[in-house]
Order: sequence, then structure tokens, then C-alpha cells
Amino acid sequence: MPSFVTYLIHTLFPPTVRFPDILLIDAGLVLGGLGLIGFLTKTHRWGWLWREWLTTVDHKKIAVMYLISAIVMLFRGGIDAEMLRAQLAMPSVHFMPAIQYDEVFTTHGTIMIFFMAMPFIFALFNAVVPLMIGARDVAFPRVNAMSFWLFAFGAILFNISFIIGGSPDAGWTAYPPYTGLAFNPGPGENYYFLSLLIAGMGTTMTGINFLVTTIRMRAPGMTLMKMPMFVWTTMVTSALILFAFPPLTVALAMSLFDRLFGSSFFTLTRGGMPMMYVNLFWLFGHPEVYILVLPLFGVFSEVVATYSKKALFGYPMMVVSVLAIMFLSYGTWVHHFFTMGAGPAVNAFFGLSTMLIAIPTGVKIFNWIFTMWGGRIQMTTAMLYQMAFIPTFVIGGASGVMLAVVPADYQLHNTYFLIAHFHNVIIGGTLFGLLSGMYYWWPKMFGMKLNERQGKVAFWLFFIGFWITFTPQYLLGLKGMTRRLYTYPAGLGWHELNVISTVGAWIMGAGFVALVYNVVWSLLYGERDVTGDPWDGRTLEWSLPSPVPEYNFARIPVVHERDAWWAMKQKGQTMAHALRPEDVHDIEMPKNTPIPFLLGVSFFVLGFGMTFKWWPIAIVGILGVIACLLFSGFDYDDHHHLEADVVRQTEASLGRLQG
Amino acid sequence: MSLPLAEKAGQHPLPIEFADEKESIKITGFWMFLVTDVLIFASLFSTYAVFRTSVAMGPTPDQLFRMGPVMLETILLLTSSFTIGLGVYFMRKGQVRALMGWMIVTILLGAGFVGTEIHDFVTFAQMGATWHTSAFLSAFDILVGTHGAHVTFGIFWAITLLFQLRKRGITPQTARKVYTYSLYWHFLDIVWIFIYTFVYLNGKIV
Ligand code: HEM
Ligand SMILES: [Cu+2]
Repeated sequence: MPSFVTYLIHTLFPPTVRFPDILLIDAGLVLGGLGLIGFLTKTHRWGWLWREWLTTVDHKKIAVMYLISAIVMLFRGGIDAEMLRAQLAMPSVHFMPAIQYDEVFTTHGTIMIFFMAMPFIFALFNAVVPLMIGARDVAFPRVNAMSFWLFAFGAILFNISFIIGGSPDAGWTAYPPYTGLAFNPGPGENYYFLSLLIAGMGTTMTGINFLVTTIRMRAPGMTLMKMPMFVWTTMVTSALILFAFPPLTVALAMSLFDRLFGSSFFTLTRGGMPMMYVNLFWLFGHPEVYILVLPLFGVFSEVVATYSKKALFGYPMMVVSVLAIMFLSYGTWVHHFFTMGAGPAVNAFFGLSTMLIAIPTGVKIFNWIFTMWGGRIQMTTAMLYQMAFIPTFVIGGASGVMLAVVPADYQLHNTYFLIAHFHNVIIGGTLFGLLSGMYYWWPKMFGMKLNERQGKVAFWLFFIGFWITFTPQYLLGLKGMTRRLYTYPAGLGWHELNVISTVGAWIMGAGFVALVYNVVWSLLYGERDVTGDPWDGRTLEWSLPSPVPEYNFARIPVVHERDAWWAMKQKGQTMAHALRPEDVHDIEMPKNTPIPFLLGVSFFVLGFGMTFKWWPIAIVGILGVIACLLFSGFDYDDHHHLEADVVRQTEASLGRLQG
Repeated sequence: MSLPLAEKAGQHPLPIEFADEKESIKITGFWMFLVTDVLIFASLFSTYAVFRTSVAMGPTPDQLFRMGPVMLETILLLTSSFTIGLGVYFMRKGQVRALMGWMIVTILLGAGFVGTEIHDFVTFAQMGATWHTSAFLSAFDILVGTHGAHVTFGIFWAITLLFQLRKRGITPQTARKVYTYSLYWHFLDIVWIFIYTFVYLNGKIV
């Protein structure tokens, strides 16, 4: 065999990717890929795929792509989680060797946070924010498509690591010196840094886009204090992204340079300082947890008002507390490393600032409860998630306050107590919120309801499974079980609790299966939404037909009240809302473009080349990036006019045109 | 949406780059981008502040820095900030040739800046002071290097703008592009002032 072939096999398929389970997955992926290609060719769908999806700049379609990616990633991260729990169910299990266990917990955390929760949130932003503010698209539709493709190719780059070259294994926080070249020579950590840099660029662009959209694209009359709560949280989250992602970018880039180009930022030699990474990472990391939860506070505020048939209680206080959370979240990052010896004064300050966040959060919890108080509550699936969220999140927050007590944290830091805390807030707040939002806005996105009965089955499996999984973990933490432990001996009193926890994980797995069944079933047989307003909603997106036509609003609405659509319905203006033909004019729409997709491909090539230090490939990627930038710089032909007649026809076919 | 800006448009004519609503929104977006860039530099500055004394076996800031080339770079870059300002002034008066002329001057000054900086870095490398040497040099190189890379990118950006101006003249779109470019260029100037003060002057004095 020529030597370069051996070299290739050695680099691309080192022993860490030659486990039997991974080989099985390899075979599955190849078969699945071939099947997909075959299907697309046979049904002549390539052109359709390219025109309707890969080159689209329509925020509603981008939302669908984000949603699909997020659910696929939920599956991948979920499999990782089940593997971890299988290993820990019993003492001294060696189902996975230590190295593989490390890889699996790293990919689990990274995927769930960066490639599941973030895109799922962006799916909701894209699906409804322009509709809620009465706009025809986001501020920068092309940038929006670029954000998606950068995220998507970042995610692909991250996910191929386990079949090509080996996964990262230094935890989702990727602390040095675990990531240092001296201790971690394989390509795994390169994958981590590069894929997060690429996806992070996309996320930053999304932040900019939605901040500008919510600031400048609102319908006439929609003042700041008339914005729906979800729009508020979108705005604040976008601002958080703007301020949080740059430190992450810098930390990742420095770690990457240490590995690829021999600088010494975080090395143990030549004056490098790993602690600096930890500071930069959490300067991003703590705001990030609020990026993960604030949008869902917005979702819950919409859901609770709609299904209680009441306006949101204490709207101004809700706004103030969201803003308070935004500011406070930058002053707490040190609570992630109390034990690293910053000294009592610093620790006391950050302990107190952390506890302070509980106050605005508590205000919001009370406001949601008062919104339900005396309302006519409809127990839909979305509302069930909302109701489950309240106690779950309160307990998660309370355990967070316990961790903020510095002496207690010396005991609890990096134990299963911490694991239970953040799953309590991330599953109870983020995941429940995402699913609540998905059930709530599904009719608007796809034109049919998700089946409620099946949805409730999935809900109960998730909810019960969650508590069975994580309650024992609090106790395990108190008993001293540390996180990131690949196995443990018998006789420490950890066995029973771990069994219970694993059973809970299976129940959550069953919940996921029920969810997917629910989605597929409803896509095939779900109840169509012909009214456009299936829940008797309050905000502008429900004034539109489902699914929404390409141009969203044939005529931009004028807003007078906070719950604009509800107010229109109360005043009987919904018929007056029906269009007169002469009110319809030509509409300027952004034009599809392949550049965002090609930019994503170029970054993927660049990232892959750098991961293996194959510079020629990396240079090809860079040239691709430059070509895309040049092309879009010189491209002035970025929109087209939708004829008024076409709009009239569409509206008439939806029964929304007078005469 | 009817912004105060757009409403007032009748009374005070807005500069051309703001006149079109869509272009004006893009300027807002560019400001937001600058926010992220400010934070990138803030992170790099804080890293430098922490690593300034971690010189390992390498040179200290005082031993390394030569103020002559740095003064030259400063003068070149500050002047270029003035010339791009003149460019925007003539753009608003609709004089495309003057605009292009001042942009070319700006590009040349920027190229002088980058050339001097590269020469400086090569000199350091010949003395064996690369970023392999110490954490201080890693932090110094990445901070100053990121700024230099931004300037280099700005030069190429300006060149593409010249082609667009030659083909299309001053339209709301090209004007918006030139305007955002000038914001970018002024921003780099401000960052340089901080580098000059906190890195070079501070390194020489403390
Ligand atoms: C009142 C609210 C909260 C308080 C007081 C709080 C407090 C804390 C503290 C003190 C830690 C560090 C514990 C340690 O490492 O020993 C921590 C970790 C964590 N928290 Fe929270 N937290 C709160 C809310 C949240 C929310 C809303 C989220 C996410 C949606 C979240 C996600 C996390 C994560 C992911 C970690 C661990 C990261 C890691 O080390 O891998 N927390 N929290
Ligand atoms: Cu935190």
C-alpha cells in the first residue's frame, strides 16, 4: 500500500473511531445517505430542494430548516445521554472505555447547547418575530440565510468528528490544559474550536439581525411598550448575543492558535495562563445561559396569556425584569469557578450578584401565576409545558441559589448536584419552553395542529422522566459523586440512585419517540387550521392565514394596542381588516441566492482543512469564502417585485379580499 | 415603518446614505456589527493586560518596542482617518471624482501603515521574538495583528468600493457602502489610539 494511504487511514480513522458501534453507525449513515440521494433523484426533487430550500431567504422557510436541524440534534444529543446513563447505571460497567465516555459527554453537552437549543430558539425567532411586529421579513434576509448555513455547516463539521478522526473529549467547556496540544494531540479539539467558531459567527449575525429587526422594522404604532413579550425577549436576547459571543470567539481562537500555530496563551509553559481562558469562557458562558432561557420566558408569556384568555399580568414589570436580568447576567460569571481561589472578597461579591438574579426571575414567576389567576385556562399541550415549567424552574433556580452560597459551592461544585441544577433550569426552562412554543406556533408554521392527545402523552413522559432522572442526581451530588466520572466502584451508596436515574432517562427517551410520532402523524393526518387563528390568539401573527403567504402582510397593519389582534377582534374590526383590492400594491421581496449556502460550504472546507492541518484544503476554503464575499459585494440585484395582482389573487384564494 | 428620521426627511434633507429607508437600516446593522468588534478588541486588550508581564525567557515590552516606526504608523493612520472624512464630505456634495481621489489617498496611507507594521513584526521575528516565545508576545501579536488584519481587510474593501463607484456613481446604495466603510475606518483609528497608549506608551514607561 502506498504510504499516503496508510497515513490517511491512520489520520482519518484512528482506533478511537473504530468501535463496533461507530462502525455500525458508519454503515447506517452511508446507507441512509445513498437512500436519500436515490429518493431525491427518483422523485426529481433536486431542483426543488435547491430552489425552495437551499437558496431561500424567506424567514419562514429558514425557521423550518432550523427546526428540523434542532430536532435531529436533539436526537443525536439524546442518544449520547442514553449512552452516558447506560454506563452509569451500575457500578464498574465498562460498556464504553474512559476515552469514549469522555467524548460522549463532551459531544452531548456541546450539541445540546450550541446545536440543539440555539437553533431551536432561532427557529422560533424566525418563525414568528417578523409576523408579530407586522414586517415582511427580517432586516437582512440574506444575512439571515448566511447565519443558518454557517450554523448548519458548523454543526455538520462537529458531528462528523465521531466518524472521522475522533471526537473532542475535554467537556463542553473545553478548559485548557485538557485541550492543550501536549495533552490532547488528536484532531478532536480542533473540530470543537473550528465548528464553534463557524457556528458562532452565524449566531452573532443572527443577534445583529434580530436586534435591528425589532428596533427598526416594527409596524406603525407599535411602540416599545406595545411589543408582544416574545419580541421583547428576542430583542434582549439578541443584545445578549452581541455582547456574549465576542469573548467566546476570542477564547476559542486563542485555544486554536495554541494548538495549530504554537502560540502560548493557555499553555502551561512560557507564561501561558489557563485561568484566562476560564474567565473569557464564562464571560460568555453565563450570559449564554440567559440567552438560552430568556426567549422561552417570552414564549411562556405568550402562551400563558393566550390560554388563560387574559392579558399578561404586569407587563411593565415583565419588561423591567427582563432588562434587569440582562444587565445582572454580566456580573456573575465568577460563580462558575469559586473554587479556583479568587479570594473571599471576589467570591462574596459574585455570590451576592448571583443571588440577586433570583429577584427579577421571581417577579416573572409571580406574574405568570397572576396571569393564570381567574383566567379561563385551556389545558393544551403548550399550556401543560408552561404549567410544568413553573415549579421545575423554581426548583432549578433555588438549587442555583444554593450553589451561589460560596462555602456550599466548595462542596457541591462539579458534583452531580451541579448537573441536576443546570438540567433543572435548562430542561425545565429551555426545553419545555421550546416544546411549548413548537406546539403553540406549529399551526402557523405548517398549517395544521399537532395532535393534542399524542402531545400530552409525550409531555407526561418528558415531565415524569425528567424528575425521575434528576431528583436522584441531587442526592448523588450530596453523596459526593463528581461529574464526568466514567465509572465508579460498588459500595459508595451510589448504586440505587443511579439505577433510578437511568430509568428516568429511558422514560425521557420514550417521550422523544412519542414526540416524533406526534409530529409525523400530525403532518400526515393533523387537523388543518383554516382560520389562521386556532387558539383565539392575541398577537398579530394570528391575523394571518396559516401557513403564511410569502409576503406575510398584503397590507402592513397599524397597531394601536398592546395585544393588537385581540383588540381588533374585540372591536369587531377583523372584517374591516379584510382587504380592499385597491389597498394592495406591488411588494418588494428579497431574491433567492445561492451565496449563503456556498459560503457555508466554503467555511466547512476551511474548517475541515484546518482540523487536519491540510493547508491546501484550507486555502481552497479561504478562496471560496473570498469569492462569496466579492460576489455579494458586487451584486446589486437582490430583490424583485411581487405584482399587486399576484398578491390579490393569493389573498382572494384565501378568502381575504373584499368583492 | 415611519421612523422619526423618515418623517423629518421633508424638512431637513437627510444625507444621501440615510435617505433610503432600507439603506439606513443597513447602517444601523453596521453599528451593531461594530459593537461586536469593540468587544472582540476589549477581550484582546484584557488578555494583553493580563499577559503583559508573562515574558517567560523573552524580551519585556520595554526591550522590544521601538517608538520610531510606531509614531510613523500613528501619523499615517490618523491622517487616513481625516482623508476618508474628506471623502465622505465630497460624497455628500455628489462629487464622485473627489470622493474616489480621497479614498485612494486613504488606501495608500493605510497601505503605508500596514507596510510599516509588517516591517516591524519581521524585525521582531528576526530578533527571535515571535509568539512562540512568551505569553506576552502571543497576546501582543494577536492584539496588534488583529488590528492590522482589520486594516488590511479595509484596504481591499475600499478597492472593491472604488470599482463600484466607477461603475455606478454615487447612489443611495454606494453611498451607504462608502459611509459604513468610513465608520469602519474611523473605528480602527480609535482602536489604534488605544493600542498606542496602552501597549506602546505604557510598555515604554512602566
Ligand atoms: C436564579 C437563577 C440561577 C442561579 C442562582 C444559578 C447559579 C449557578 C451557579 C452558582 C452555578 C455554578 C455552580 C458550580 O459550578 O459549582 C451554576 C451553574 C450552571 N448553571 Fe445556573 N443559576 C441560575 C440559573 C440558571 C439558568 C436559567 C440556566 C440555564 C438556562 C443555568 C445554567 C447553568 C449551567 C449550564 C451551569 C453549569 C455549567 C458547567 O459547569 O458545565 N443556570 N448556576
Ligand atoms: Cu452562571
